[in-house]
Amino acid sequence: MSATLPPLSRRRFVKLLAGGACALVIGIPLAAEAAAPDAPDAPLPAALLGDDLHALGAYVRIDGDGNVVIGIRDPDTGTGLSTALARLIADELDADWNQVSVVPLGLGVAVRDGKPAWIYGHQRGGTGDAIPAAWADLRQAGAVARYLITQAAARRLGVPAERLRCQAGVVVAPDGRRFAYGSLVEAAGQIDLPTQPLPLKTPDRFTLIGQSAGDVDARAIVTGQTRYAIDHHEAEELVAVLLRCPWPDGALASIDAAPALAVKGVVKVVPLTPEPNLQPGQTLGAPAVAVLAADTWSALQGRAQLKVVWKPGSGDDSAALEQQALALLDNKDATGQRVRNDGDVDAAGKKAARRLEATYVQPWLAHATPEPMNCLAHVEKDRATLVVPTQAPQQAWAVVQRLTGLAPDRIEIRVPRVGGGYGRRLDHDYVAEAVMLAKAADKPVRLLWTREDDLAHDYYRPAVAQKLGAIIDRKRNILAWTQRTAGASALARRGVPDDRLWTSELGADQLPAGLVPNYRSDWYGLASSLPRGPQRAMPHLSNAFAVESFVDEIAHALKEDPLDTRLHLLGPARQIPLAGGRSLDVGRLLNVLQLVADRIGWKQNWLHSVNGLGLACWHVDGTYVAHAIETSLNGNTLSIERAVCAVDVGRAINPLGLEGQVAGATLDALGTALNLAVSFKNGQVQQKSYKDYPLATMAQLPNEVEVITVPGGDRPPAGASFLAMPTAAPALANAVFRVSAVRVRRLPLMRELVRML
Amino acid sequence: MAQAQARDLPSGSEENIVPEKIREGVDLLINGERFRHTGDPKMPLLWYLRDVLRLTGTKYGGEHSGADLVLVDGKAVPALGQTVASLAGKRITTVEGMAATDGTLHPLQQAFVDEDAIGCGYCTPGWLIAALDLLGRKPHPTDDDIDQLPVLCRCGCQTRVRRAIKRAANGGKS
Repeated sequence: MSATLPPLSRRRFVKLLAGGACALVIGIPLAAEAAAPDAPDAPLPAALLGDDLHALGAYVRIDGDGNVVIGIRDPDTGTGLSTALARLIADELDADWNQVSVVPLGLGVAVRDGKPAWIYGHQRGGTGDAIPAAWADLRQAGAVARYLITQAAARRLGVPAERLRCQAGVVVAPDGRRFAYGSLVEAAGQIDLPTQPLPLKTPDRFTLIGQSAGDVDARAIVTGQTRYAIDHHEAEELVAVLLRCPWPDGALASIDAAPALAVKGVVKVVPLTPEPNLQPGQTLGAPAVAVLAADTWSALQGRAQLKVVWKPGSGDDSAALEQQALALLDNKDATGQRVRNDGDVDAAGKKAARRLEATYVQPWLAHATPEPMNCLAHVEKDRATLVVPTQAPQQAWAVVQRLTGLAPDRIEIRVPRVGGGYGRRLDHDYVAEAVMLAKAADKPVRLLWTREDDLAHDYYRPAVAQKLGAIIDRKRNILAWTQRTAGASALARRGVPDDRLWTSELGADQLPAGLVPNYRSDWYGLASSLPRGPQRAMPHLSNAFAVESFVDEIAHALKEDPLDTRLHLLGPARQIPLAGGRSLDVGRLLNVLQLVADRIGWKQNWLHSVNGLGLACWHVDGTYVAHAIETSLNGNTLSIERAVCAVDVGRAINPLGLEGQVAGATLDALGTALNLAVSFKNGQVQQKSYKDYPLATMAQLPNEVEVITVPGGDRPPAGASFLAMPTAAPALANAVFRVSAVRVRRLPLMRELVRML
Repeated sequence: MAQAQARDLPSGSEENIVPEKIREGVDLLINGERFRHTGDPKMPLLWYLRDVLRLTGTKYGGEHSGADLVLVDGKAVPALGQTVASLAGKRITTVEGMAATDGTLHPLQQAFVDEDAIGCGYCTPGWLIAALDLLGRKPHPTDDDIDQLPVLCRCGCQTRVRRAIKRAANGGKS
């Protein structure tokens, strides 16, 4: 990895020696900076040392007392990135983990040729790419810090640096003398920086990578000290809540603000309009009227008093859209988009011994992030400061820049720990609202969305209907596989070409593509005014449910053990080439499948247990996952007795963190499949609160998730925050079929199961 | 302690110096400290905690989320659903009040740390307060008891929360 880094130059490293309080601050060379190698050194704001790390643009600070502060560049939405990124750097530094704390860096932006330069490199969370990016470049920061410390020790001792070793924040000399890092900080500041990227540790020397650690913020979280964006305040702030038009393309017809303004504490009522010709998530989602007040309670009371009449926009019904989708699936003459076509499905039909067909329907879903949308925005003449719960700070910055016209580096985006993302915070409608209001009020504005706002004005995961077909020969081989998928793409109006809109719901390489000689997948797009956007585990969630349920249906039709059907379909361990130079490693997929089957006692229990067992497996960008679920049924009460999940993600940076992500995604996917659906009438969401959008209770979920992580060897690490989502729901539906004889082809599962029992 | 709070009051706080208004206030006991609320007595406790006292450990997640649970006389209740006026003279504990004054974590907090029972962490204060209520009523809860905790979590930390509560009930041993 180090060979790909640009040569180091002095200005990329900040070393600060301020009076008695010495500290060593280390940045990192990044590709974005390499473009201007002779740019002048940035001035060092020494006064900020210690309490404003992000202003230094640094990744590591070692204080004189030995404490190590590591700046975290990617937003942590509960994915464990703060802990994992800190451990990547701390391992290379040979820091004492007990002395390590972390600080979210916020957005790193500088100006280069009038344009923004992203000086911290990768800054995005919850999309699976933060860990691979950090693996590639962040360890160098730790390596440089260790180099400076050991060079300083070598100089003090008069021995070559090669004869020193570092462990847990201490340099150990050949004669056994020990020097704490903190005692070397001042001397390290005098050492010249290395002129080339340093070699990184070989894996056999890792001390933290691959070892488990709890969340680095745990103590602050359990004591209520962690401040999320929603917990931030600014002097003179006004609190804003908005009444939003139920239709994105509606308009304000009339408004009587007087009753709202009469509420004590209410300061201002401001109508807002979305900017035209922008993609969803870049401006307001709908016209709105904001109530600005001295505090939250006054603002909410004021909003309740607003008298607003909206001019309706186009209103879709989700039930009608579903009928359209189902009609497209049945219409042989419908023109769709071909996603993939292998072999000759029609010719294969001549050898058919059996034909199977099934239609699966999945509902609209909201994100329902635990921390609702909010934003603290302070916009002044020559600068803007925002606290934003975002997964993508660079995109948030773009919204602020467009609305303020400020120079790139006059916009500060702080991103504290985020209360859940799941794709909702890749959109920044709420940032646009806060900036517009801060400008209108000429005061800092703290915007709050209520849960009701959140459920009613999301960028929803669209519903999808899929008809799957299989042609099976006399020897029980699946000769041909067909898929017709209909829905309103989540990527519509988001800059994706029309012939790629299916990529929000389907992957051309998804199972069983590559395993069946004749395979055809078609997409039928629906137009709709309903707002849609990215959601966790797209484009795997819907298709994995349909495909892995259908494999189970094939097994049942053939009177086979579904494990045997899957093993037969997967075939021998081998590499199957995929698009983009990747390949499907069938052996790794077989391995995770076999692991969950063995753990749940599949061979002993599948046929004879009074409980129902179900399986599913999937692959996501070179990572592999399988679930085995065991359910029982007592009257109408379904219990998930066991949930086993095996994942193969390459090297695990923090095995405990990985286990938490896998268990968490499993529970999220199970709870969603059991209970959740959004519906629309005349464009308006019918679900108002958690009462109508009931996230699963503990009683509905398994008491444990048994997580098996396949040792990754020397494979580079991959993101895993949503890997366990696609297979949980189909494994559950397959288990429900075994225990109830009800084949659930429509989610949410509980509604359908109770209807059919 | 109450006088220290005046500085945090939003605009309108100058009313606090009028003696009549002070008599109209509501006396509250939060985490062992006395406070007097002189604003709208119908203000939900959640906004008083978060906006006025800046005790932001208790979270807003919406009705039924459980993120806003606080302990009122030992019972977990949503802070969004209680007016400040209804809490006069009652003993309120928030997540900030769980640890000992010397910083030693409450056994439940320690168990959550030890079990890494944290996703994004936003609902964690709600789980802690709900579990505090449960262990107060039932020091050795069953799985069915734990199933009843009224907190929602989308990150899926429920299995780790269950382990943490059992660990705390078991004297810190898993």
